[in-house]
Amino acid sequence: MSIFSKHLPAIHVEHYKYTAESPTEKMPVPDKVYISMVQHIGAPCQPKVEVGDLVKVGQVIGDTDAFVSAPIHSSVSGKVTAIDKSLTMSGVWDLIVTITTDKKQEVLEGLAPPQIDDKDSFIKAVRASGLVGLGGAAFPTHIKFNPKNLDEVDSFIINGAECEPYLTADYRTMMENSELLINGLKNTLKYLKIKRGIIGIESNKAPAINKLRAMVKDNPEIEVMELRSVYPQGGERVLIYETTGREIPIGKLPADIGAIVSNISSVVALQNFIETGMPLVSKKVTVSGNAIRIPKNVEAPIGTPISQLITFCGGYKRTPKKIIMGGPMMGAAVYDDGMTVNKNTSGILTFDEELATLPKETPCISCGRCIKACPMLLMPTLLAKAYDAKDVEQLQKLNVNLCMECGCCSYVCPAKKQLAFTNKLGKRLVMEGGKK
Amino acid sequence: MGRYNQGTLIVSSSPHIVDNVTTTRIMLDVLIALIPAFIMSGVIFGSRAILLTVTCVAACVLFEAGFQYITKKDSTITDLSAVVTGVLLGFNLPSSLPFWMAVVGSFVAIVVVKQIFGGIGQNFANPAITARVVLLVSFATPMTTWPLPSNLLGTTDAVTGATPLGILNMGTDLSSLPSNMDLFLGFVGGSLGETSAIALLIGGIYLLWRKVIEPWIPLAFIGTVFIFALLAGQDPIFHICAGGVMLGAFFMATDYTTSPHLTTGKIVFGIGCGLMTMIIRLYGSYPEGVSFAILLMNILTPQIDMLFRRKTYGGVKI
Ligand code: SF4
Ligand code: SF4
Repeated sequence: MSIFSKHLPAIHVEHYKYTAESPTEKMPVPDKVYISMVQHIGAPCQPKVEVGDLVKVGQVIGDTDAFVSAPIHSSVSGKVTAIDKSLTMSGVWDLIVTITTDKKQEVLEGLAPPQIDDKDSFIKAVRASGLVGLGGAAFPTHIKFNPKNLDEVDSFIINGAECEPYLTADYRTMMENSELLINGLKNTLKYLKIKRGIIGIESNKAPAINKLRAMVKDNPEIEVMELRSVYPQGGERVLIYETTGREIPIGKLPADIGAIVSNISSVVALQNFIETGMPLVSKKVTVSGNAIRIPKNVEAPIGTPISQLITFCGGYKRTPKKIIMGGPMMGAAVYDDGMTVNKNTSGILTFDEELATLPKETPCISCGRCIKACPMLLMPTLLAKAYDAKDVEQLQKLNVNLCMECGCCSYVCPAKKQLAFTNKLGKRLVMEGGKK
Repeated sequence: MGRYNQGTLIVSSSPHIVDNVTTTRIMLDVLIALIPAFIMSGVIFGSRAILLTVTCVAACVLFEAGFQYITKKDSTITDLSAVVTGVLLGFNLPSSLPFWMAVVGSFVAIVVVKQIFGGIGQNFANPAITARVVLLVSFATPMTTWPLPSNLLGTTDAVTGATPLGILNMGTDLSSLPSNMDLFLGFVGGSLGETSAIALLIGGIYLLWRKVIEPWIPLAFIGTVFIFALLAGQDPIFHICAGGVMLGAFFMATDYTTSPHLTTGKIVFGIGCGLMTMIIRLYGSYPEGVSFAILLMNILTPQIDMLFRRKTYGGVKI
């Protein structure tokens, strides 16, 4: 961080927001959806249906009594045709409920807006909506919204930064579902008794900033804040710092410094549930990259294979060499396009050979670019050296656990060293070393 | 589940896009930045200056390739760092230096200082500077015999004399000091690439513009020399244009590996370079102190980095 700056370090990345002006298109219901019982951090859900059962849209098909969890609902109407284990993106075997759709999209009878009149019924509704952090982390929202020291929380911050290149789904949501967003924010502030609501949006999304500002001009408790258009403004710790100036001490949570952060689409999905009783069954996803024929924003039922989204976007125009779930900075490259849209899927990027091939690593030239770029003010090159030496103590001393894997260091490194990846491995080493 | 493209997709860890700045591109920028001074060295000292620099470059590249071939390491010739070291070493020599001595200097720079310590990014001191200092103490006379600028037609008559700082150091006939204008343009005696302040300044600005270097070290270095000279009652313009200050401040002290990483450390490092330079110039027995100053600060760099660590987000000092 420059000694003269009030901002955290950040980097400039190309935006490639090809789909910013593409209104969301609802894709047709696929023949089959494959809904994973692992949709959030925490305890996986147990299937609440059996093979042969008929299900309707909005029906609970997976749940668990474990605390850190959220229910999973059917995104289609049809018949459960299989419940089996399948390999997922993260390389683990998850229980998958396969539903063969009847294309009628019949809604579960009795689906009605929840009764909300205080904090407890509000939190209950949040859980019932099936919400998890939709930006990526997938932490159950009802837990995040209900910290022990809720009375000390004074700021509810909505992450409208969408700092990842290519992705525009949040931007489209802000433009297309602004009523839901603002009303969802108002309800959250009301029932959680939080004084201030902040929507942080990067300056490159001026239409959204203007639109939302106009809508809240009579609501002094809500502020639409323009953020610098740099990466990673949407990182939780970064966003809190940039909007409130507060730093979260190591080992603490946002709530400990009086802030709760939520994603744009989470607030919209919550308000949708409050108004209609329809839980989270579909997701707005940006399909882009240079191997796709027509980049689009697509609303897809949860459990739709990404190959179907790709077909909906005109198929591949070049042979794909890499498919990424999420953005190019933090998203995960997948083994094949049979993976499905999950609650936290925000984008599907397809890269041709040229984009998919990263340059070869060369020796570190000690240029310090990684150090200058790290928003968490870490020393990536030293962390990499400590990892190479398998020096757990040094890794801990250099605070490897603070690394949010944002990838800024790897991005700027002229030697093309995979520093963020090394830190991922370094964290694992510390975890294993700590156990011994 | 429909499995498409299985086995043909690249699976790698994020991030999936990277900046287009590479080590080679950075070194190329440094070389571009050195072009004005290179041209001026030919204009001022004639073709022998050009030949000497070319000799250093060729020797540096060959030593690096040879060392990496013998030790079976991956070749790093294409990153151009050996070329940069060669040019910088050449710039630090008098244009009359025997070619074989320049080759010895290249050996010291590439093999002894750079490769034995593990190659690019691992050396504890600037290779070109260290080589210069080694040559200076080994071959004191040829290393301090300064050809005076030839006329513009490039005669090779070896007319030698004292450098401006030499004149100052001897303190005898100060009236023979060149004008500040000659100093600024570089038509004075000295190492072949260090005399033209204007050419080096243009190169330095190019490096700043390309974001290859940050301004802190050059600013602190040159600023300290300026203020020190002022306080010592001497002409500050003379001191920042004479000797290797410009070359040192923009091209040598900013060497990534041997200077501090963080801004505060860089400023302290630059001030240290400036102070040492002036102390040696005014109170030492050598007329010129830039090389020694940078070498000394190179050695102190790990300590400076330790002293000026920063706090991480969340307030832990690492
Ligand atoms: S990936 Fe980690 S170390 Fe690298 S810039 Fe981001 S937070 Fe810093
Ligand atoms: S950016 Fe890359 S080359 Fe530069 S110090 Fe960091 S790891 Fe080394």
